[in-house]
Amino acid sequence: MLTTLLILFPLAGALLVWLAPLPREATSGLAFLVALAEVGLWLGSLYRFDFDTQDFQFAQTWEWFDSIGASYAVGFWGFSFWLAGLAVVVGAAAVAYAAWADRDRPRAYYGLMLFLIGSIVGVFAAQDLLLFYVFFEAILIPLYILIGVWGGPERQRATVTFVLYTMAGSLLMLASVVAYGVSVGTFSLHPDAGGSDNTLIFLGFVAAFAVKAPLLPFHGWLRAAYTQAPPEVAAVLSGVVSKAAVFGFIWIVLIHFPEPVQDFQTLLLVLGAATLVYGSLLAFRQPDLRGVIAYSSMAQMGLITLGIFSATQVGVTGAVLQSIAHGLVSATMFFLAGMVEKQCGTGEVGRLGRMAKGRPALATLVMTTGMIVLAVPGSTTFAGEFAILAGVFDLGWGYAAVGAAAIVLAALYGLRLISAVLHEARGADVSENVPDLRGGELPLVVPLVVLLLALSAYPAAVSDNSFPGDEPEPAAVVQESSP
Amino acid sequence: MIVAASIATPDVDWAALAPTLALLAASALCLLGAVLFPSDSRRLFSAVVAFAGFVAAGILAAGVYADTPDGASLIADSMTRDRLAALAQILLAGIGALVVLGSHGDRRREHVGEYYALLTAAGAGMVFFVSAGNLMTLFLGLEWFSIALYVLCALDTHREQSLEAGLKYLVIGAFGSAILLFGSALVYGATGELGFDAIRDAPGADDPLFVTGLAMILAGLAFKVSAAPFHMWTPDVYEGAPTPVTAFMAAATKAAAFVVTWRVLVTAFPEQAEIWTVAAAALACASLVIGNLAALVQDDVKRMLAYSSVSQAGFLMIAVAANNESGGSALLYFLIPYTAATVGAFAVVSARERELGRPVDVASLAGLGWEQPLHGVAMWVFMLSFAGFPLTGGFLGKFTVFTAAYESGWWWLIVVGVVFTAVSIAYYLGIVRSMYMRAGSAPEATPVAVGGSPPVDRALDLTLLAAIAVVVGSFFAVQPLFDLASDAISQLPL
Repeated sequence: MLTTLLILFPLAGALLVWLAPLPREATSGLAFLVALAEVGLWLGSLYRFDFDTQDFQFAQTWEWFDSIGASYAVGFWGFSFWLAGLAVVVGAAAVAYAAWADRDRPRAYYGLMLFLIGSIVGVFAAQDLLLFYVFFEAILIPLYILIGVWGGPERQRATVTFVLYTMAGSLLMLASVVAYGVSVGTFSLHPDAGGSDNTLIFLGFVAAFAVKAPLLPFHGWLRAAYTQAPPEVAAVLSGVVSKAAVFGFIWIVLIHFPEPVQDFQTLLLVLGAATLVYGSLLAFRQPDLRGVIAYSSMAQMGLITLGIFSATQVGVTGAVLQSIAHGLVSATMFFLAGMVEKQCGTGEVGRLGRMAKGRPALATLVMTTGMIVLAVPGSTTFAGEFAILAGVFDLGWGYAAVGAAAIVLAALYGLRLISAVLHEARGADVSENVPDLRGGELPLVVPLVVLLLALSAYPAAVSDNSFPGDEPEPAAVVQESSP
Repeated sequence: MIVAASIATPDVDWAALAPTLALLAASALCLLGAVLFPSDSRRLFSAVVAFAGFVAAGILAAGVYADTPDGASLIADSMTRDRLAALAQILLAGIGALVVLGSHGDRRREHVGEYYALLTAAGAGMVFFVSAGNLMTLFLGLEWFSIALYVLCALDTHREQSLEAGLKYLVIGAFGSAILLFGSALVYGATGELGFDAIRDAPGADDPLFVTGLAMILAGLAFKVSAAPFHMWTPDVYEGAPTPVTAFMAAATKAAAFVVTWRVLVTAFPEQAEIWTVAAAALACASLVIGNLAALVQDDVKRMLAYSSVSQAGFLMIAVAANNESGGSALLYFLIPYTAATVGAFAVVSARERELGRPVDVASLAGLGWEQPLHGVAMWVFMLSFAGFPLTGGFLGKFTVFTAAYESGWWWLIVVGVVFTAVSIAYYLGIVRSMYMRAGSAPEATPVAVGGSPPVDRALDLTLLAAIAVVVGSFFAVQPLFDLASDAISQLPL
């Protein structure tokens, strides 16, 4: 019941916010309360979550569409529970940011935002393929309007590219879902429910997730969407929505297509590595803050993909840890970038600079987040990357070498960003009057940074509790389920 | 007396005929009302009578559905009493009731009584048509509702486009009917039988005349479902006809014609399945390609919806091509959200048309989502359903159609369907984009209606809410609906 509550509560909140004829402030306040209560719900379930059991928790099944074997089946497995946690936390932060930015047409805006949070939680909770597809697509409905209505000047082009790319991937997946359901005879995503060895079905799923992540040849929508969306929507998009691909890669592709994964492992690893390098290089060349964050986000998804398709215990666990860390980092960075943009009127790196002087709060936050982006030893991203590289090292030192090289690239773009914003000569748009972050802004960002620091201090909270049991598992499941 | 008693009269199953008779009675009452009532109360009277007629037909059909565990032939095998017919009748009655409700605020000044009388008469024809049991009643039903629709299309006699639409529909529709009739004659010539069951059992199936007849019957029905390449009349007629009539045609004609197509092909021509499944697949491909590509470049919303209905016919044809029980169930299920969304979408268009006083193009929807929140959300839901997004029945409709096709090995049809679904998203979301993301009405688009703010139309709002409820409800309650459809389909031989 808890899982259903976690999904339905924000959806009901969305309806309430949208229908209640409240004044502006009250609407945003109500929406924030709903989002905060959702975080509370998640914390409550965390308290009751038993990380030692080797089964779904808070599982629930209702009959839905028996004729074709689909049901409403939800539940959490360690790693997906963390992803859901990421979703509700970043979602609440995004609602708070929107309240700070004072979005127009608040009822529609917050309604869609809460709808988005609910459907993302649904993606991570789904244990039925058709239900997963439903939530996976439902995400697109609010995002389309959120970017298209509240986005930047080129929002229309951004939404069209975003939707066309995503739908092209999703519809390939739809064909695969049909074929999978008919040929396997069930839509259950339980690891024991069998799998398929059909390469075409497998490729349909891979294509959808590769667009969502995005991986290298499928990233055409990325820059426009991340730079034109409102910052808090971009934060949810890069921090959380892209993790739907992580969930899909692990829980659908890895578990239910053991043989095709083996056949295509090299290709997938090469794609991941290429995405990592290419994204990092592009991030280094971007002229604006959000462009840098966008492509660094893409690079991180490449790294995470590497970890997943190492198909080893340590690699996949590292990928999950990295997903959580990247979600928080990316959201924090987008918020900071949004604040700088709002105060200076520009996000162009060339027109910013020397913001550290007289702005200690901003400098501290950017520096701390920046260090975590750089994956300095001791940070949670370092732990994640280390685990991923250890995982792929077993398959060939070449992947690990590329991964390690990419850490250097991350240092390049990370340091460039930090120095271009905080140091160097004062930029044209940075006047004395641009204020530091104050009481209005700090509560939006500080909690996320605190979470990151906590995760840096104790990454095992996630990594030890993602796949339960002694010898846990996608890897073992892969071997077991191969005929 | 003695003479009369010696004539053997067939046993009439009045329960099975009751939905048709209810609608005919409503039609007659509307006509009477046009004579007896003064013009100010005529509209309300006719609307209430027509609405009651459709509702009564639906209830009676539901009774027949519940009461018919096995299919049976009636009145010298000319009609069928089975759940397929009953379910289709419920659907048609629902469409009719929604159209009546949605068009009440239409402020039609002329031909009020005729409008409702013809609408119910057309409904009666369709309700009769879906229970046809031989080629003669099939043609009779087809002509019955078609003739009513020809007149309805041309009902706005002061508008040239309306007259043009009526004439076009008459000429091309009569051509389609003639092909169907010719095909029926050939089949009769080859087999000597008219009844669907009798045709199946008759020898002479390998006669070339017989196959030609089958092809012509299929072509004639394809005219009515507006499957490409027999769709040429669709955009012009949809554009020119009064918008509520368009809604009725787009939803009800397609539903009735698809049900009959399924019935004829499955009961009369099962031996020729190899031929007609390929033909249906070809029609599906043509409809998907032509419908979607043409819809992409339409400016007028009604024309766009017309091509969209051609493309939806393509998806339904995939279900026909599947030729298995899940295909039939998928076809019936698909029609439920499709017809609701169609009636709803045209209702939104007609409201906007009334507000602006001119035909609605995509640009003139600008800002609608913010000005009229209910209309905006409703249109958004309908477009998502057409495009096959989850949380709407349109998604599961496509999904079940694809599943049925996959079971029959038509995997490449699924690929075509998926590709053109992607294309269709461009124009469906284009409508949403226009409603929400363009600035409000341009200066030339200022409302011409007197009084400034858009007129409030509670009946139309109710229609939209009902349509939303069906479109979204059919997603969540898919199993019971699908069970109804499967029960209906399983009464046909397959």
